[in-house]
Parts: sequence; C-alpha cells; structure tokens
Amino acid sequence: MNMMRLKQDTVTLAHGGGGKAMRDLIESVFTSVFQPDGMEDQARLMDAALQEPGARLAFTTDSFVVDPVEFPGGDIGKIAVCGTVNDLAVGGAKPLWLSAAFIIEEGTEIALLRRIVESMRIEAEKAGVRIVTGDTKVVGRGSADKVFITTSGVGVIPAGRTLSAGRIQEGDVAIVNGVLGDHGAAILAARGDMMLSTDIQSDCQGLGHLMQAVCQAADVRACRDATRGGVASALNEMADACGLAIEIEETALPLRTEVKGVCEILGLDPLYLANEGTLVLFVPEDEAEAALAAMKSTEAGQGACIIGRAKKGPAGQVTMRTLFGGARIVDMLVGEQLPRIC
Amino acid sequence: MAGVRIRVRGQVQGVGFRPFIWQLARKLGVTGCVLNDPEGVLIEAFGPTDTLPDLIRAKAPPLARIDAIEVSPLTAEAPQDFTIAASQGTGAETRVTPDAATCPDCLREIRDPEDRRHGYAFANCTHCGPRFTILNALPYDRGQTTMAPFIMCPDCAAEYANPADRRFHAQPVACPACGPKLWIEPPHDAPLDEAAARLRHGEILAIKGLGGFHLACDARNEGAIALLRERKHRPAKPFALMGTLEMIRQHATPSEAEVALLQDPAAPIVLIRGTGGLPPNIAPDQNTLGWMLPYTPLHHLLLDAFGAPLVMTSGNLSGEPQVIGNDEAREKLAPFADAFLMHDRDIARRLDDSVERITPHGPMILRRARGRVPGTLPLPEGFADAPQTVAYGGQMKAAICLIKNGQALLGHHLGELDEALTWEAFQQADRDYADLFDHKPQVVAVDLHPDFRASRHGAARAEAEGLALEEVQHHHAHLAACMGENLWPLDGGKVAGIILDGTGLGADGTVWGGELLLGDYTGFERMAWLRPAPLIGGDMAAKEPWRNALARLDQAGLQAKADALFGDKPLGMARMAVERGLNAPLSSSAGRLFEAVAAALGICPDRQSYEGEAAMTLEALAQPTSAPPYSFARTGSEIDPAPLWQRIQDDLDRGTPLSTISIRFHAGLAQQFAQAAVQLVHSGQAQAIALSGGCFQSEVLLGLTLHYIGTQAPVLIHTKTPANDGGLALGQALVAAARHLG
Ligand SMILES: [Fe+3]
Ligand SMILES: [Mg+2]
Ligand SMILES: [Zn+2]
Ligand SMILES: [Zn+2]
Repeated sequence: MNMMRLKQDTVTLAHGGGGKAMRDLIESVFTSVFQPDGMEDQARLMDAALQEPGARLAFTTDSFVVDPVEFPGGDIGKIAVCGTVNDLAVGGAKPLWLSAAFIIEEGTEIALLRRIVESMRIEAEKAGVRIVTGDTKVVGRGSADKVFITTSGVGVIPAGRTLSAGRIQEGDVAIVNGVLGDHGAAILAARGDMMLSTDIQSDCQGLGHLMQAVCQAADVRACRDATRGGVASALNEMADACGLAIEIEETALPLRTEVKGVCEILGLDPLYLANEGTLVLFVPEDEAEAALAAMKSTEAGQGACIIGRAKKGPAGQVTMRTLFGGARIVDMLVGEQLPRIC
Repeated sequence: MAGVRIRVRGQVQGVGFRPFIWQLARKLGVTGCVLNDPEGVLIEAFGPTDTLPDLIRAKAPPLARIDAIEVSPLTAEAPQDFTIAASQGTGAETRVTPDAATCPDCLREIRDPEDRRHGYAFANCTHCGPRFTILNALPYDRGQTTMAPFIMCPDCAAEYANPADRRFHAQPVACPACGPKLWIEPPHDAPLDEAAARLRHGEILAIKGLGGFHLACDARNEGAIALLRERKHRPAKPFALMGTLEMIRQHATPSEAEVALLQDPAAPIVLIRGTGGLPPNIAPDQNTLGWMLPYTPLHHLLLDAFGAPLVMTSGNLSGEPQVIGNDEAREKLAPFADAFLMHDRDIARRLDDSVERITPHGPMILRRARGRVPGTLPLPEGFADAPQTVAYGGQMKAAICLIKNGQALLGHHLGELDEALTWEAFQQADRDYADLFDHKPQVVAVDLHPDFRASRHGAARAEAEGLALEEVQHHHAHLAACMGENLWPLDGGKVAGIILDGTGLGADGTVWGGELLLGDYTGFERMAWLRPAPLIGGDMAAKEPWRNALARLDQAGLQAKADALFGDKPLGMARMAVERGLNAPLSSSAGRLFEAVAAALGICPDRQSYEGEAAMTLEALAQPTSAPPYSFARTGSEIDPAPLWQRIQDDLDRGTPLSTISIRFHAGLAQQFAQAAVQLVHSGQAQAIALSGGCFQSEVLLGLTLHYIGTQAPVLIHTKTPANDGGLALGQALVAAARHLG
C-alpha cells in the first residue's frame, strides 16, 4: 500500500479493467488515504448516537461535476465531502459516514487524483466524518471531464429536532453564515484564466459543527444549503414550502467587494451564484441573537448576519428591498438567463 | 305609427349620452325612448326624426366616441313623451370611460364666487371628472366607486336626478357640503394658499391627484429641482411640468396640434420643443419639455394660487409605481416631501399620466395610461368573429390587452414586472379588465420569452383553465400591433415590418432587435437584420452603453480604438466574457446600436440613469445636414454597422459637429432598412411597410425612415398605441386570435 507501486503518471483504461492495475490504483490512491475499516465492499456501521431513543437516520447523495476541478479555495474532492456533509447538516443531522464513487477520465493525472483524495481526507477529518466505502470507474477520453465524484452520506438526527420549511412563521428572521457567492465567483474567475486579478476564494467548507451549535442555541425552524441557484433559490424553496412571503434587505446582504465587482462586470446577480459553504436558516426573531452568537462561535459562522424575514404576503414570493426602497421580486431561475430589457 | 330605431355604437355609455338624446328629442318634438344595452345606445323615435342622426353626430357629448349610427324603420304605437328607459341585457351599464380633465363649465363654476362650488377642488360633471381611477367594481355607479362614503346632499341629488342637468347620473357628483375635502399636512386653514407659499419657498410638496400622488416643486427654481432630484435619487430623467396654456407659451411655442392635444380630455403630458427660460435640470440634455395642463379642479386652484408652472413628477420610491394611498404616502413620501396636499377621495386604481407628442407625422403615444384607458380600439376587418383573447404583453412596459366582439381593450401602462407592487398591479389589472369587459377568454397570448413574468402568468392561466396558449415572437407582435391599430385587414396580405427595438427573444433562440420581417397576422419570415453583436453582461448591456460600443468596435476590428475610448473600464474581463460566451449572448438589437454610437461619441454616462437616456441624448443632438447618411455593409441578410466607426472617427477628426454625426447615423440606419423594405414591396412580396419597436419613439428616426421610403410604398406607423412594448399585447392578441380564425 505504498505509493511507489503505481507506475504510470496518468490513469489508463487498464485502471478500470478490474484486474491488478485497478487494485493498485484503488489501494495506492484511495484506501491508503481513507483507511476504511477492513477491506470489504460493504461498510458496517455503528455509533452511539444511533442508539438514542427517537433518533432518526439521515441519508443523502449527491454527484459533483466542477470545471475546473481545482480552483482557488478548493477542489472537487473538498466540494464532494463538504456538499454531502452539508446536505446532512442543514437537515439537522450530525454527519457520520460517507461513501465516495469516482468516475475518472482516461488520461487524468494520478498526481491530481492524489491531491483531490488528500483534500477529501482533510475535509472529512475536519467534519468528523469517515469515508467508509467507495467505487471507481475509468471511462475513455471525452466521456467524462477528468473526475466526477458521487458521495453519499449517513448521519443521525437527534430526538426532537425537526427542521422543516413548513415550520417557518411570520416574523422569523433569515440568517446566513457569511458572504455570498464566493464559490460561484471563484469558479468564474478560475475559468477566466488570468483575466481576474482578484483573489476570490471559494467558500467551500463543512457546516456540520456550525449546525450543531446553532441548533443547540436556538429553535432553528428550517435551513437550506445555498448551493446551485444560490441564496435566491434556497429562499424561494423555503417560501414555497411555508406559504409565506420572504423579504430580504439589499443593504444587509454580505458581499465581498470583489464578488460584487465580478458580478457587475459579467452582469450576474450574486444572489444566484453558487455557494459551497453557505447556508440560510430561519429562527424566531427573539432567538436571533442567540443563534448569531452560536454561529459566530464556529469557524464557518464568523460572518453570520440577518438578511431578512418571513412576512405576510403572496405565498412563496421572495422580494428584496433595494437601496432606495423599492421591492424587487427575486424569482427562482428557470433556465439560462436571457436578456429581458427591451 | 312609423318611426325609426337608431343604434349608436362606440363609447356612448357613461358619458351623458342618454340625457343628451333626451334633450335633443325634446327640442325637436320627438317622442320615444333611449336606453343602454350591451351593444351601445338604442333609440326609438317618432315624429320629426329626419335630422336626428346628423344632430347626434354633430352634437355628441365631449367624451363620447361614435363608431357607427344605424337607422332602421320601426312601426309601433308612438308614446306621448320621450323617456330614458331602463337598461336592457347583461353588459349594459357596465361601461366606464377614461378619466377626463375638468370641463370649461365646471371650471367656470369653481372660479365663480357666486357658485356653490366656488373654490371646490372636486367639482365634476357628466363631461368631466374621475372615472376609472375611482372605480372599485362594476357596474359603474356611485356605490361601486370610492365616492360611496360621500352621501349626496339634496342639491347634488337633485342635479343627479334631473335629465336636463349636466350632472344627470354623474356618479362622482359632489359639492363642498357633501363631497371630498382638501387639507394640507402639516395642517393649515387655507391649504391651497399654504401649498403655494411653501412652493414659493422652494419646498417639495406631495400632491394627491387623480391616478396617484405627484411630487411638485416650483419649475422656475433650479435649487428646488436639484433638491427633488437628490431626494428621489433621480439624477437626469426628465421631469414633467404642469402649467396653464399661458404659462406654457412663456417657455415654448406649441403648435395648434400640440395645443389641441394638451386640451384633450385625456390631458396627457405632451412633449413640446423648447426649454426657454426654465432651469436646465428639469430635462438635462433634452430639447423638449413634457407639459400637461391642470386636469382636476385641485390642480387649477393650486396653479391659480401659485401663478407659475410646477414640476409634477410621480410620487414613488425609485423603481416603484406611484403611491396612491394617504397612509402609504405619509410613510413612503415623507423623505421626499416637505408637506402633503391631501384629500379623502380614495384612488381605486393607480394610473400614471399618459405621455404623448405630436410629430410631423401625426400623434405619438409613448405611455398610454390616465385618460386613455379603458378606451377601446376597433379591430381590423376580418376579426369580428375572433375568439375572446387575452394577451399579457412584455416585461418592461407591461400592459394587458383583451379582445372581444371586434374590439380591443389595451390596458394601461403598468411598468416593470419584477417590481413587487407593479406585479401586484398587473394581477389586479388582469382581474379588473376581465370584469370590465365581461371577458371569458378562449385564447391566451404571451411572449416567447420564458422568463417574462407575464409569459409565465399567461402559461399558468392557460394550463389551469384549459385555454389555448399562443406564444408570439416579440417583434412579430410589434409588427401586428402596428398593422392592427392601422386597421390592416386580416386578409390584407403581407406587410414588411421594420422593427427597430431593444431586445426580444427570437424564433431561433437568439436575441433579436433590429429586424426586417415579412408577415401577416398569423406568421412571418425574418428577411434582414442587424449583424449580431454580443450583449456583454446580458441585461447589463442595456444599462451601460460602453459595453455595446466595445462589442461593436471589437467586431469591426477596432480594438485599439476601444482601448483608447474605454481604458478605464474592465475591458479584459468584458472581452473574456465575450470570448467564453459568459453571459454575452449575440443580439441584433437596434437599441443597443444607438447606445453604442452614443458611447463612442462620449455623450452618455457610463451607466444610464434611465432607460433610453443615451439614445434620447443622441436624438436630441441631431440637426439637419447636407452630408449623406453613413453607409453600412450588407452581407446577405445582415446589415453590418462595422463601417460606421471609422466614418464617425473621420468626422470627429475633421471637426464635424456631433449634431451632424448624430443625424448621419440615424439616416444611415433608416436608409438601410427603408431600402430593404421597399424592395419587398417592389418585388410584390409586401403590400405595405410597418414601422414599430421602441426605437421608433425617436421622431428623428421615424421621420428619416419615412423620408427614405417616400412614396414608394404605403406606410403604417403608430399613432394610437405605443411603438414600444406598451403596445406589444395588442399585437400578441391579434396574432393569437388570427391563428384561431385561420
Ligand atoms: Fe420590444
Ligand atoms: Mg443532494
Ligand atoms: Zn364638468
Ligand atoms: Zn352636494
């Protein structure tokens, strides 16, 4: 199980053939790093939290496709761990175990794979989860773009914790844990090569610890991971589910100047930019201070702030009160943004 | 005994038509009756009826519009008297006419110290006053308007009941004893004098009008205007003015047609050339001012007290629609206004002031609202049996259109639908107009663009109610709207449409906007278009003109020129976006080309502070010249503006004035499209040429296009509906209806 055993620099179709080459790849690149218990294809899991009366199992899965696979602030491996950890966390679960399945394009550098796997290991460790099982497939050139990763996660929701958008009530405040759109902007910047002299980093981070802290400090009604479609989509989903209107304040939105700048030049709305470590949650107004304090006590919650509230109004409508006072409707994106100004 | 049955069609209900007939019949010694029914007004007349039809036409009440008078023989027992009979059938008595400016008779009364309405700010009669803006529900009678809480005093009730009185059945009739009251906040015993005094001190007043609140200040006071601009965060968009005709004449020389338009009962804002003697910050870089006459007794009395023209801009938060409620005004307008001139007659429906102008080619409607709606438009021949259709219009200048019984009701200008209050108004208008027209659509028409709120609304309604959904390409709808308002018959053959516009989703999924279409109501072909250029940053390109100049200069191979002009802009990122197709879709938009030229000439701000700022500034510069139009390159169907930039540079190098450069550009664009369209007529493919799209709000472009077409083809232009997206729904409705007729 040492790294010397792999002779090639890049992944070949033989690495997916099921023979010795494949076993070498798996052992050298994956299992040596993740170190799952035993060498079975099947993980057998046990945790004290599972034994608590009333505890429920949470189970989620997600596939990750990122271009480019490495970007300022992270790589696809980090996202693959954080994304699934966060899916569990925002549902109120304590994340425990992950699986990881890789689809690798022929010709991908082994060194790149190692970097990705290493960042998965680091992120899993930070989040307190173990990667306990996995799979690899190799496909021909052009059939994938370097690496695609699917992670599934299992966690435990403690007794009595029910996060659901249906629980949001009039007057509840919406809180985010930090700046918006960094991930989306970092990806754009990375794709634009040298053009961006900014050093925007992806916000990619695990939110497990933050969620545990805030759930203990306040009655978190509901929480969403603001990934694809950004905060705008997360808020729309929640507004639809609770049958209330949600109003956010433009001036309250935490945005990095650089992100604002990039968005302005490209004509993009940061509310729709993807995040990989940003959540939006609702708590009763009188618990907002406690929630903010709990969030700020964690690394991922340093920038926590209130951005808006649920209110009476057209069910499912999200609006943003703008700088000079008008209220703009913030819709779910239907497809690709096409110009609308006539 | 032999008599006649006279059917009058048109806008003949709620305008004092029956009392007018009653009085006419009595004068002539005619007996019989008059009544309202779903088709209009029906008269049964016996006695000396020969002159009756002609007299009806000649003397109809001011707010009536007669579309047709049909006379047929009638044999029946002649009654002793002439009476106003009860209305018949559903749909009768349901009509409401547009709001109308104070009539001369009412004006005389409020200025007559002997009259019981002397100084009364809410006088009105059958010939004038609030209508649509006070209507809560149909049928239109007092109990269903915001006049309901005001119980008529005996004097008013007597006027209301007397067919010989000008106030017979005038629903909002009122007097100081029984009607709405005027006051000022902070309170003062003489609200109008106090308002005038504050205006003289350079203060800003919120004034409750007919369709919403205005913010007003002294139009002669540059400082007050600057303060208003600062408070409203409105740096440059022109302000409208209100003044009497005498006041207007001190600053401009309105033509006869302009005076007539100012005095129209609709009392629109009329754009009139000349800015003489007034501060330039009313309308920076423009050579016209938007004037309107006082149109309510309140306005007349205020101008009497103040004695000079007022800036009258809509009272709203930036981007929001006009405020209409008293509490809403106190809350939202407090940061803008030093005092509030208020009253207690509620506004049921927000209606902006209409904006119009007179060009050498006829009237032009830029914004169709107060005074124009809910007037109906007749439909062209062939549409009599069109299914009931509702069309939901565009995104930026939303307006709804309904078709029924060979008539179209084009609703009022609503505004931009992403604004929450405007969206609410859109939904209200949808319900309202359906009620008003007793409309049960079979067909729903929407724009092709899936992200227009109006398109989604229409699609959802069609799905929920099982109605036919028709998607209509944006510029085809512009073409059909122009054909329709010109009553081009359904089977009139194909028309060449020069559609110069901002942007609209094309039938091929790209973004269109500078098009020559060949089509009829049901379909079209795209014959020629401006060479597409990237919209850098999507909708951001419509806000920042330099982006379009960059796109066009780079396309023409003049990168160095772009570098020199826009060195302070993030050119690297912008070009990267183009190269990688990052939110930089290609578009043949004509509007963006105007902005590109304005930016290349350095006459517009980096970011437009209002829609059309760059193009309007460019237009305002244009002056006649003997120099020829700039030429464009023509490759197949593409009209390529690439050669423009070098020619403009050459002109600049020679010291040619901007006024000449501007007109050479306008003329070049007009000539290209005119020639291409004329060819379609000469080859027999098209029977006429229609001009539509937002760019044709430019009088200069319109005039030059007409010039280059000359007498080579019949031309259809917009005079009753906006060439911009405010008229889009009419075209959508016609296209959708035509498809269901075919
Ligand atoms: Fe348009
Ligand atoms: Mg998922
Ligand atoms: Zn009157
Ligand atoms: Zn009275």
